[in-house]
Amino acid sequence: MKLTLRVWRQRNASEQGRFETYEATDVSPDMSFLEMLDVLNRDLVERSEEPVAFDHDCREGICGTCSLVINGVAHGPRKATTTCQLHMRSFKDGDTVTIEPFRATGFPAVRDLVVDRSAFDRILQSGGFISVNTGGAPDANALPIGKAEADTAFDAAACIGCGACVAACPNAAAMLFVSAKIAHLSHLPQGAVEHEQRVVRMVHAMDGEGFGTCRNYYECEAVCPKEIPVSFIADMNRGYLKAALTAASD
Amino acid sequence: MNLDAKIPSGPIADKWDNHRFDMKLVNPANKRKFKVLMVGSGLAGGSAASTLAELGYDVECFCFQDSPRRAHSIAAQGGINAAKNYQNDGDSVHRLFYDTVKGGDFRSREANVYRLAQVSANIIDQCVAQGVPFAREYGGQLANRSFGGAQVSRTFYARGQTGQQLLLGCYAGLNRQIAAGKVRMHPRTELLDIVIVDGTARGIVTRDLVTGKIQSWAGDTVVLATGGYSTVFYLSTNAMGCNVTATWRAHKRGAGFANPCFTQIHPTCIPVSGDHQSKLTLMSESLRNDGRVWVPKRADDDRQPGEIPDAERDYYLERKYPSFGNLAPRDIASRSAKEVCDEGRGVGPGKRGVYLDFRDSVERVGKQGVSERYGNLFDMYERITDENPYERPMRIYPAPHYTMGGLWVDYNLMSNVPGLHVIGEANFSDHGANRLGASALMQGLADGYFVLPYTIGHYFATYSPDKQPITTDHPEFKRAEAEVNARIERLLNVQGSKTVDSFHKRLGRIMWEGCGMGRNAQGLTAALEQIPALREEFWSGVRIPGSGSEFNIELEKAGRVADFLEFGELMCRDALARDESCGGHFREEHQTADGEAVRNDEEYCHASVWEHKGDDQEPVMHREALDFENVALATRSYK
Ligand SMILES: Cc1cc2nc3c(=O)[nH]c(=O)nc-3n(C[C@H](O)[C@H](O)[C@H](O)COP(=O)(O)OP(=O)(O)OC[C@H]3O[C@@H](n4cnc5c(N)ncnc54)[C@H](O)[C@@H]3O)c2cc1C
Ligand code: FES
Repeated sequence: MKLTLRVWRQRNASEQGRFETYEATDVSPDMSFLEMLDVLNRDLVERSEEPVAFDHDCREGICGTCSLVINGVAHGPRKATTTCQLHMRSFKDGDTVTIEPFRATGFPAVRDLVVDRSAFDRILQSGGFISVNTGGAPDANALPIGKAEADTAFDAAACIGCGACVAACPNAAAMLFVSAKIAHLSHLPQGAVEHEQRVVRMVHAMDGEGFGTCRNYYECEAVCPKEIPVSFIADMNRGYLKAALTAASD
Repeated sequence: MNLDAKIPSGPIADKWDNHRFDMKLVNPANKRKFKVLMVGSGLAGGSAASTLAELGYDVECFCFQDSPRRAHSIAAQGGINAAKNYQNDGDSVHRLFYDTVKGGDFRSREANVYRLAQVSANIIDQCVAQGVPFAREYGGQLANRSFGGAQVSRTFYARGQTGQQLLLGCYAGLNRQIAAGKVRMHPRTELLDIVIVDGTARGIVTRDLVTGKIQSWAGDTVVLATGGYSTVFYLSTNAMGCNVTATWRAHKRGAGFANPCFTQIHPTCIPVSGDHQSKLTLMSESLRNDGRVWVPKRADDDRQPGEIPDAERDYYLERKYPSFGNLAPRDIASRSAKEVCDEGRGVGPGKRGVYLDFRDSVERVGKQGVSERYGNLFDMYERITDENPYERPMRIYPAPHYTMGGLWVDYNLMSNVPGLHVIGEANFSDHGANRLGASALMQGLADGYFVLPYTIGHYFATYSPDKQPITTDHPEFKRAEAEVNARIERLLNVQGSKTVDSFHKRLGRIMWEGCGMGRNAQGLTAALEQIPALREEFWSGVRIPGSGSEFNIELEKAGRVADFLEFGELMCRDALARDESCGGHFREEHQTADGEAVRNDEEYCHASVWEHKGDDQEPVMHREALDFENVALATRSYK
């Protein structure tokens, strides 16, 4: 197949970016999207131009490093699929494909398609953990956890922290990401203990990083490669209100 | 080279307990005065960094990804072993120890392996306390599955995302310490050199991958937790950024590299689909619990798999290894796949593939039942191949996956360079010539949570810091920084015409042909001629656009590939020197009539530890003799 690529190029955070157009020839349907970009980069380097910087590592859909907004959709057209797992058979010969970074105030530009998602780390540092030190944990089976609860916790814990939810949201809200971590921990008895202070801290950290507020567009759920449901956001909001009320009455 | 393994005396079951008692402690008030430079924040580095910070040490932690949550450990699928015996099926510390020593084909150090089995149970307790959502039974108890090389069910798992869940647990603990100000995390920062002062590891030199800034860091110990080097083959199941740079640079500064040729080729990966291929995707070994491996009995049988009746299928693992069947260890399963493909009985495009068939388990437990166990793996397979594995058997083929070799360490996980500790996949420790499935996660977390935090204290309590505390103004730091800068300049100045990847792919092919699943003297000798030639071509022909003082993806890769071009040679040299077959190291000259590996315990019951003698000198090999006092040396049999 042959494709026309419109790719966002930006040297660094302080310089203006722009779209550049490239022709991709020899695209095989069995290539992954990133392998198609590898070929583009090979051609660019061989022509003495600078390759397009993009983030990636595992190429297995699990590390959350890859990103890209493809034709206006975070991680591209295929449901429940990261960019690295998207294959070119999802496109047709002659298509024009527009490739942009995950844009959001909370994700400053680094270069080309690479952005800085360290705000996510800082939000988790504010409370996304169970306060337990190494050693001295009781026997793992001393605390039975019903399969249903364990499964819900798992569904939430499946988040790969890619940031597609933020990129897709018209308000650049990070609530799907934050609520997933809160849900993971609060559905487990070990994590429930610190639930209230965790919710308050993480919500404040999220606001402090410049992410917007959820206005129920649900674009986040639609692009989430791990299909994290928006119902976790409602749970988080309830938890936050309750915690805020408790704090007010203390 | 001093290779005293410092194995504690006494019966094997008491060694670790006695050692913990004998080791010196650091006064709690003094701990914050000791600075740890932790390179890597995967399961090994992340668990060690957070635990050391909890104990009160001052930790700087580095990784090349944009977040510690993305370390390659995240990709582990199948599970983590622990001798919990929750299934009451006869498991015990001793059995896990025995299975691991045997699985490693008697090329690991007994005392280390025993300790690993001992602490395995604590790992599961620790992870559950952190909120790792392991799979559970309806009664709320933890579930287990079986893995290759074991006849008990001791593998704990979290759907097909065990590594992800363990790493997120570990990362949460790390975040807690970062928030407390006890760990300073430096993501997108790559180690480019180690600084040795008066024979002791005292610092590192890094490059900030966003700004290009070269910086030195001084500390009281350097810990390398930088993972494995399977990407020397270019195509492997490892993440694209995995590299040998940290351990190789340490090797060039004096650390012994042990058994570099011990690499693991994983039997169940999605076959190569074309030249554009950038990585190979693993299909977890856990699939072999329910999937049956077969090829047609007849060569060049072009019928669709569903049209081939059972009588005309060769379930070759079940046939050759009736007691372990589809759960034969990885090295054996991989070699058997290669064998049937070499006979022309392979399937799929290019005929380098075998079937992994779920027909019988779908009949037995239904599509739903199969999906509950492996749903995400089946989805991944379908996304990549466009084939539905519920209806048509998967096609799989072996691929480079894990490296048992690594920097040599003693019982305290310290290399021969005082102050340089090495943990996780980066060291050579526990898996001998072949690692059993679900044992790498166990080892990484054992090292980080339960071993290094004790032994590092002993190191601090016994070493005498210089009267003058060292700062990065010391001439050794300046020298290392100058060398790092010069090398970057040299790379940028080549201004050739070929991409970094093109060299990496060519190296990968040389390694796969000469030092892959089957090795022989002729192939290795040829590779030893090709690699230096390719290296020379690289240094005169590579093109790296842009400069060193910016985010530069080609420069990053070039540094790593330049190291692989040196390291690959050592791997082949080691494979040539080890003139026996053992585990994943299969020397074709040494096999039985029916193709099983033939070990030579008389001459090779040792770890081969290489010493760097300079770029223009041949490296020198030293030996650590391995004694088997608790598991009798025997021919491995899974029949
Ligand atoms: C696809 C796949 C599936 C697997 N499944 C299983 C399984 O089911 N069970 C099992 O037990 N094992 C499994 N393994 C093996 C296991 O995942 C790894 O051996 C283990 O996770 C390695 O952990 P680690 O902490 O040693 O290294 P890694 O997780 O690789 O971490 C390395 C760290 O070092 C950093 N680093 C590396 N180089 C540098 C440098 N130069 N400068 C700065 N930082 C650097 C990285 O940023 C990273 O933080 C699997 C492996 C693969 C590839
Ligand atoms: S590269 Fe890891 S999720 Fe895409």
